[in-house]
Amino acid sequence: MDRRNFIKNLCVAGVTSAALPSLAEASGKPAETEFMSVLVDTTRCIGCRNCEVACATQNDLPIPKTTRDVFKEERDMTTDQWTVVNKYDTDAGEVFVKKQCMHCNQAACSTACLTQAMYKTEEGPVIWREGKCMGCRFCMVSCPFVVPRFEYYSANPKIQKCILCYDRVIEGEKPACVDACPVDALEFGFRRDMERVAQNRTFEYPGQYIDHIYGQEEVGGTGWMYLSGVPFDQLGFRTDLGRESVPALTQNFLYSVPVVFLLWPAFLNGMRYIKTNEDDEHTDKTHNDVASVETGRGPGEES
Amino acid sequence: MNKIQETAKPNIGSIGDFVRFLLSEMKPKGKILTPFNMISIPVILVGMGLIVLRFVNGIGAITNLDQQTPWGIWIGFDVVCGVAFAGGAYTLTFIVYIMGRHRYHAIVRAVVLNGFLAYMFYAGALMLDLGRPWKIINPIIGNNFGVSSVLFLVAWHFLLYMAAEFIEFSPAIAEWLGMKRLRKIVGGLTIASVIFGITLSTLHQSGLGALFLMAESKIHPLWYTEFIPVLFFVSSIFSGLSMVIFEGSISHKVFAARLGHEQHANQDDIVIGLGRICAGAMFVYLFLKVLVVIHGQQFSLLGTKWGLWFLLEVVGFVLVPLVLYFKAVREGNVQLIKVAAGLTLIGILLNRLNISVIAFNWFDPTPYIPHWAEIWVTVTVVLLELWAVRWVVMRMPVLSDPPAWAADMDDN
Repeated sequence: MDRRNFIKNLCVAGVTSAALPSLAEASGKPAETEFMSVLVDTTRCIGCRNCEVACATQNDLPIPKTTRDVFKEERDMTTDQWTVVNKYDTDAGEVFVKKQCMHCNQAACSTACLTQAMYKTEEGPVIWREGKCMGCRFCMVSCPFVVPRFEYYSANPKIQKCILCYDRVIEGEKPACVDACPVDALEFGFRRDMERVAQNRTFEYPGQYIDHIYGQEEVGGTGWMYLSGVPFDQLGFRTDLGRESVPALTQNFLYSVPVVFLLWPAFLNGMRYIKTNEDDEHTDKTHNDVASVETGRGPGEES
Repeated sequence: MNKIQETAKPNIGSIGDFVRFLLSEMKPKGKILTPFNMISIPVILVGMGLIVLRFVNGIGAITNLDQQTPWGIWIGFDVVCGVAFAGGAYTLTFIVYIMGRHRYHAIVRAVVLNGFLAYMFYAGALMLDLGRPWKIINPIIGNNFGVSSVLFLVAWHFLLYMAAEFIEFSPAIAEWLGMKRLRKIVGGLTIASVIFGITLSTLHQSGLGALFLMAESKIHPLWYTEFIPVLFFVSSIFSGLSMVIFEGSISHKVFAARLGHEQHANQDDIVIGLGRICAGAMFVYLFLKVLVVIHGQQFSLLGTKWGLWFLLEVVGFVLVPLVLYFKAVREGNVQLIKVAAGLTLIGILLNRLNISVIAFNWFDPTPYIPHWAEIWVTVTVVLLELWAVRWVVMRMPVLSDPPAWAADMDDN
C-alpha cells in the first residue's frame, strides 16, 4: 500500500469513528443518585381520581370531571391526560388501577432518542425536552408500555407524558398525584425503599396480595411498582414483557458497529489490493484496467 | 451521439457563465406532452397541496397514524423499503471497484445516481414524517448526541453515505460542466468513497432493521428475531441488485436515445451476472430465515392466519424468485431474470412492510390502514424522484459515453 492510500484510509477511519456510538452510554451507566419511585397498592385505591385532577392542575392540562361514568370503558392516556384510573372487574371484585409512564430504570424511550430529548434523569423521572425533540416518534415505537403521546393535530407537535413531576421531585417534594391520594394507595420514596415496603407487605399479608410486585423486575425494573390482590393480567397489564431491559435488545448490534467500522475498510482495501495485483499478473501490460478503474472509469473507453 | 457531445462541452469561465449554463439546462429536453408528464404533473400538484395541509394542520390531518402506530408507510415504505431498494449502489461498487469485475462498470454511474437520488428523496420524505423537522439538525450539531440510539447511527450514516455517493457520482457532474481539473480531483476520490460507502451501507442497512429490535413486544414473533439486522443486510444485497435489473430494463427503453456504446454491448451479460449474485445472496437469506424459524421453535405459528401470510412472503416471494433466478441463469434467459427480479422486489416490499407496519401491533383490534393521502404523498415523492433522474440522465453522461477528454484523462 502506498503512502497516499494509507493516508486515505486513515482519513476514512477517522471520520467513521467520529460517528461511533458510545457503548458506555448504551449499557446505561450507573446513576450517582438513587432513583425515586412510586409504589401503587391497587388493593387500597378507591377510584376517586383525585390523582388525575392533581396531575392536570400541576401540569396545566384540562381538568377532568371526576364522575363515575368514565369507568364504563377502559381509558388510555392522551396528549392532555398524562394519567388515567381504570376500573377492572376481577376475581376479587372491582379493582382500580392508575396508569401513567412507568419511568423504567433503563428507559427504552430515552435510549431510542437520538437527541436525548427523552431523558432518564439521575433522580429517576424520564422527562421530555422540547428544544431537542425532532418528532421522529422512535420513543413511541420503542416504549414497551405504549406511553408517549404525540400531538398529531398540531403544526408544532409535542410529546406528552407523565414526567413524575420532575420540578417538584428535585425540590424534594412528592409528585402531585401522590400528594393528592387520600388513601395512601400511592407512596413515594427511593426505589430501594419502595421495593422493601412492597416486599414486606406481600410477605406479611399473603392472603391479601399475590406474590408478584409488578415493575420490580419487568423490563429490568420500573420506577412505578404495583401491588395487587389478583394476577396482573386481570388488571390490563402485559405480563409477557420479560425481565430483560428493552435497551439490552440493541446492545449486541451497537457493540458490533465499531468492529465493522474499523475492520470493514481495512478488509475491503486488502481485498481490492489482492484483486488488482491478481489482475496485473493476468492481463496484458497494454491493457489499462487497473489504472482506469483507479480513477473512476472503466476499460474500453478509449473512444 | 454527436449532438450530445456538443451540448456537453460548455465553456464555463465565471460564475455568470455557470448560472447561464444552469438556466439553459433547466429548460426541458424532449417532448413536453408525454403521457408520463400528463399524469405525473397533476399528481405532483395535488401531492404538494397535501403536504401543505400536513404542515398547517399537523401529521394527523392527512395520515391514519395514532398513538399505538407512530410509524406508517412514510417510514415503512419510503424509508425502510426505499433504502433496501437503493442497496444496489454499494453492492455494485463492491463488485466493480473491490472485486475488479469491470464488465459491470458500464452501469455503475446509473446505479449510483439512482442510489443517491433515492436517498435524497427518501430523506426528504422523512422530513414530512418528522413532527418537528426544523430540529433535524440537532443530532448533527450535538443538541444532543443521542449516542446510545440506533436511530442516531442511522441518521449519521444516511448523511455520510449521501456525501459518499455524491462524490462517487461527481465525475459525471464535472464532465457535464466541462470542468477538467474538478474531474481529475473527484475521480481520484472514487476508491476512498466507495470503501467508505460500503462500510456505511453495511451498517445502516442492518441498522434500519435494528431500529425494530426494541419493539419486541409489538412485532409478531414470526418476524421478530434478534437476527433482523443480519437479515436486513443480506436482503439489501439482492434487493438492490434486483432493483438494478428492474430499473435498468425500464431505463434502457425510456432513454434508448442516450445509451452509449458500452450499454448496448453487454447488457444481457450484465443482467445474467447480476441474476447469479442475487440467487446466491437469496439462498443465504432463505437459509437464515428457515434457521430462525427452527431456532425459535415457531412451527406451531405457521398454521395460523399470520403463519400463512408469513409463508406467502417467504415461499411466494423468496423461494420462488430464488428458483427462477437459478433456472434463468442456467438457461441464460434474460426475460425470466427480469420476472424473478420483479417477484423479489415484491418480496422485499412485503418483508419490510410486515416488520414496520403490518405485523407491528399485530394484536391491535383496529389495525392501521394508510390514509389515501399518505399513499398519494408517497407516489408524489416517487414521481419527483423520477423527474430528477430524468433531468440528470438527459444532461449528464450517465447512460451515455463520457466526453472524449474525460476518457483520455483516465487513460493517461
